[in-house]
Amino acid sequence: MRSEGKRYRLFSRRAALLAGAKGVAVTVLAGRMYYLGVVESGQYKVLADDNRISLRLLAPERGEILDRQGEPLVTNRRDYRVFLIPEQASDVVETLTALGRIIDLTDQDIARIERQIRRQRRFLPVTVAENLDWDSFARINVSSPDLPGIQPDAGMTRYYPYGTEMSQVVGYVGAISPDEVGDDPLMSLPGFKTGKQGIERAFEQNLRGVAGTTQVEVNAFGRVIRELAREDGARGNDVVLTLDMELQRFAAQRLGEESAAAIIMDIDSGDVLAHASTPSYDPNDFNLGISRENWQALLKDPRKPLINKCLTGQYPPGSTFKMVVALAGLEAGVIDPDEEVACWGKRKLGNHLFHCWRKNGHGKLALVDAIARSCDVYFYEMAERVGIDRIGEMAARFGFGQTFDIDLPGESPGLIPGRDWKLGATGEPWQVGETLVVGIGQGALLATQLQLAVMTARLASGRAVRPRLIHAVGEALHRPVEPFDDMGFDPAHLALIRRGMEKVMEDRGTAVLSRLRGDGRSMAGKTGTAQVRRISKAERERGLRKTHEKPWAERHHALFVAYGPIEQPRYAISVLVEHGDSGSKAAAPIARDLMAKTLELDPARQPPLSPDRVAARRTNRG
Amino acid sequence: MGSTMMFGPRRVEKSLPQKLRELNWFIVLALAAIAGIGCAMLYSVAGGSVDPWASRQAVRFGIALLMMIAIALVDLRTWLSLAYPAYLAGLALLGAVEVIGVTGMGGQRWLDLGVMRLQPSELMKIAVVMALARYYHGLTLYQTRAIKSLFVPMILIVLPVILVVRQPDLGTALMVVAGGIAMIFLAGARMWLFGGGLIAAIAAIPIAWRFLRDYQRERVLTFLNPDRDPLGAGYQIIQSKIALGSGGLTGKGFLQGTQSHLNFLPEMKTDFIFTVLAEEFGVLGALALLMLFFVVIGYGVWVGFTCRNHFGRLLSTGLSITIFLYVFINIAMVMGLLPVVGVPLPLVSYGGSAMLTAMIAFGLILSVALNRRVAMPRAGGLA
Repeated sequence: MRSEGKRYRLFSRRAALLAGAKGVAVTVLAGRMYYLGVVESGQYKVLADDNRISLRLLAPERGEILDRQGEPLVTNRRDYRVFLIPEQASDVVETLTALGRIIDLTDQDIARIERQIRRQRRFLPVTVAENLDWDSFARINVSSPDLPGIQPDAGMTRYYPYGTEMSQVVGYVGAISPDEVGDDPLMSLPGFKTGKQGIERAFEQNLRGVAGTTQVEVNAFGRVIRELAREDGARGNDVVLTLDMELQRFAAQRLGEESAAAIIMDIDSGDVLAHASTPSYDPNDFNLGISRENWQALLKDPRKPLINKCLTGQYPPGSTFKMVVALAGLEAGVIDPDEEVACWGKRKLGNHLFHCWRKNGHGKLALVDAIARSCDVYFYEMAERVGIDRIGEMAARFGFGQTFDIDLPGESPGLIPGRDWKLGATGEPWQVGETLVVGIGQGALLATQLQLAVMTARLASGRAVRPRLIHAVGEALHRPVEPFDDMGFDPAHLALIRRGMEKVMEDRGTAVLSRLRGDGRSMAGKTGTAQVRRISKAERERGLRKTHEKPWAERHHALFVAYGPIEQPRYAISVLVEHGDSGSKAAAPIARDLMAKTLELDPARQPPLSPDRVAARRTNRG
Repeated sequence: MGSTMMFGPRRVEKSLPQKLRELNWFIVLALAAIAGIGCAMLYSVAGGSVDPWASRQAVRFGIALLMMIAIALVDLRTWLSLAYPAYLAGLALLGAVEVIGVTGMGGQRWLDLGVMRLQPSELMKIAVVMALARYYHGLTLYQTRAIKSLFVPMILIVLPVILVVRQPDLGTALMVVAGGIAMIFLAGARMWLFGGGLIAAIAAIPIAWRFLRDYQRERVLTFLNPDRDPLGAGYQIIQSKIALGSGGLTGKGFLQGTQSHLNFLPEMKTDFIFTVLAEEFGVLGALALLMLFFVVIGYGVWVGFTCRNHFGRLLSTGLSITIFLYVFINIAMVMGLLPVVGVPLPLVSYGGSAMLTAMIAFGLILSVALNRRVAMPRAGGLA
C-alpha cells in the first residue's frame, strides 16, 4: 500500500502540474480575447465595416449644351450597359461565353475586355457592352445569378441629336485615356467619359458635375444587401452658347457635302450665331467607341472632317483682304478715292509680271469700282504705295494674326507677313513684290474664317467687334456684354469701303449673280479666290483651265464675306469653300442663302437666354 | 465478487436510482448549456432559422445525452475490462476507413453508417486514453518508471497515429499523440524523458517539415503570417480576427453579426463557430462559454484527484485533457494563436463525431465519479 500511496502522490503532483498548465492556457485565451475584443476592438470594428460597407460613386448627370434660346444641342439619355468585375467572376472566359448567348460579343470585344482586365485592378469594373436595348438588358438581369461578376447598370450617356451639324462646336466625349490623370474620384467610374473636343473639352470641369456617393452594405461576394446612406452629387452645369440652333443647322445643311466653312455673327454683340464646318464627324460615334476603320476613314478623308475649318483651318483671304488695304491707304492719305488706275491685265515690277485675275484687264477704275470688280492691278499699285508695314498694322486692327479666345480648343492665329517675320522665318529681307501679293490677300498671308467674319463686322460697324460663342455657364454669364469701342476711322473712308462692297452685288460687281433684294433684305459683300498653287508662266500662256479641268485639290479656295442689311448692318458672314475655285461662283451663293435665312430668322431680335432662366429650366426638370 | 473479498473496505453496490441521484446533474446541466449555446449560434448562422442545423444538432445532443448517462451508469470495472477491446475495435474502424471510407474535405476520414457519418479517429482519442489508463493501472510505480514499460504505450499510441496520418488528418493525429504523452506523464514516467523528448521534437521539426503536404505547410506559413495571402489561405484567420475584435466587449447582438451574416467568415457552423459567438455576444459572451468549459473540464480534473483507483484517476484526468485540447486548440486557432488545423469546438460546432467523443468522454468521467470510492486491484477487476 506504500507503493499505492506513492503512486497516488506522484499522480497528484503531475495532475496538478497539468491542471496548472491548463489554467495558464485558459488565461492566455482569455487574455487574447480581451486584447482582440477590447484593446484592439476599434481597429477591428473599422475593418469589419470596411468589409461590409462599400462606398460607391454616383455619376452626376453631365451638364447640357444649349443654344441661345435654351434649345438643347447636347443632352443625356438613359444607357443600359453591362460591367464585369473580374474579382467576382470565378472564370472570366466562362462568364463572357455565357453572356455571349444573350448579347452579341465579337472576338474583338472579348479581346478588348481581356486587355482592360489585365490593365487595371481586379475589383474595378470593366465595361462589357453599352447601349443595350431593353430586352437584352432585362434578360441579363434575369440571368444574373448564372453570370458571376456581371453587373447590369442603367446609366446615362451623351446624346448629340444633331450629329455632324454641331460637332465642330460641341465636340465629343470619349473614354478616359491613360494619360489623363486627375484626383476626381469620378475618373475611376466604369464607362466614365470626358470631353475630347470642342465645348465638351473646353468646359469639361463645368459640365462634369460633382460625384455623389452611396454607402451600401455588401456581403462577402460583393452583392449589395441594402443602402445605408446616400449623398447626392451635383449635376454638371449647362453651357449656353450664342449659337442659334436653326441657323446653325441651316448653315451646315447649306454647305452640304462641300469641304467648307461658314460663320454668321451678330455685329452688335459679337455673338457667333452659326459656326459650321463640313464635312464633319458624328460625335455619337465617338461616344459609342469609334471603330478603327471609321477612325482611319476620318483621318484619311481629303475633306478633313476632323478639322474645324472656321477656327483651326487657315487660308489666304484672297480678295476679301482688299478692303483692309484700301482702308490702310485711305487712312494714311496715300489713296485718293477718285484717282483712276488703268488695268491692262498685268503690272510689271522690275522684270516680274503681276497678273490680274481678269486676263484682259478692267480698264481705268477708281477705288469703289476696284473693290466692286476686285481689280488686282489697282491693288498692286495701292499696296505698293501703302507699304507692307501699314498694311500689317491695319490687318492687326481688324483681328488678323491673333486669337479671340472664344473658348473652343484649336483656335489658330493666322499670319500677317511683314519685314520682321520674313527676316525671322527665312533670314532674307522683305521684297516689294511680296507687298503686292499681300495686297491682293495672297502670299504668306493667312486668316481663319472667324477672323474674316470679325473683319467684316468691324468694317460694317466701325467698332472693335469681338466674337462671343459662350453665353453662360451654369447660372453665370460667361463674359460681360459691353458695347464695342469705335475704332476711330474716318466715317467717309468707311463709307467708301462699304460702297465698294455694296457695288460687289451690283451690275458689274463680282457677285452680282448672288444679289439679295426684296422684302427689305439687302447684303453687301466681297468675293475672294485664293490660289492653292502658283500658276506658272507656261500654264498662263497655254490659257487658264476651266474649273472642271483641274483636279479638285488644285482648284482655288473660294471665299465670300458679307454683311447685311446694308442700311443698318446687323449680321456679318464669312464663307469658305475649299477648292471651290471661284469666290463668286462657289461661295457667294451660299453667303446669299445664309444671309437670307439669317434675316428671316433674325435671331438677334431676341436676347439670349438669361441666367435666371437657365436656372429655372434646371429646376423645372428636377 | 472477488475483488471485494480481497480488499478490506466494505462496499455496497449502488442501485440504479441511487446512481441517478448521485450523478452530478450540475455538470449535465453545464453540458446542456454549452450545447444550447451551440444551437443558438447555429440558429444565427442559418440566418435566424432552426433549419437546417440547429434542430439536427439539438436532436443529436439529446441522443448523445442519453448515451452519456447510460455510459455513466455502467460500472467502472466494466469499462476497465472493456478498455483493450474498445481500443482494438477503434483500430479496426480506423482500418476500415482506409478501405471503405468516405472522402471529403481533403481527407478520407469518415465511415458512412447510414444514419450518420462516423469519424473513427474521433473515437480513437478516447480509446487510446482508455487503453493507456488500463495499462498503467496494472503496473506498480516501480514498473511504471522502468524504461521498458514505455514500449506498450508507444505501440498503443503509434498504431492509430499511423492510420490517422494516412487519412491524412494531422490535427487529430497530433491530438492523439498529445493525449497519449499526457497519460504517460500522469502515470509517472521519468521526468527526463519528457525534457529529452521535447528537445528531440524540436530537433525533428526541420525533418518533419519535409514530410508535410503542401496544404499543411501552407497552413503553418499562413499562421506565421496571415497577411502573406489575405485572399487565400490567410483569409480565414484575418476574417475571424476581425469578427472577434469587432464584437467588442458586449457584441453586436444576437443575429446581428455582420461578419457571419454577410458570409465573410469561413466554416461558420463548424470550426469557426466560436467566432460567431464572440461577434454577436462580445468578449463577455465568449468568456461565459469559456467559463462553462472551464467548469466541466475542471470537474474531470477534480474527479481525477479524488478518485481512489488508478484507472479512474488516469481515465478522468486523461479525458479532461483530451476535451481541453479540443477547446484550447479550437479557440486558439480562431484567435490566430495556432495554425488552422481543423479542430471543432466540442458540443458547439455542428457535427456528430466530435459531439459523440465529448459526450462519451463525459459519460466515462461521470462513471469514474460514481465509482471513485471503489478500489480496484492492479491486475484488473476480474483478476
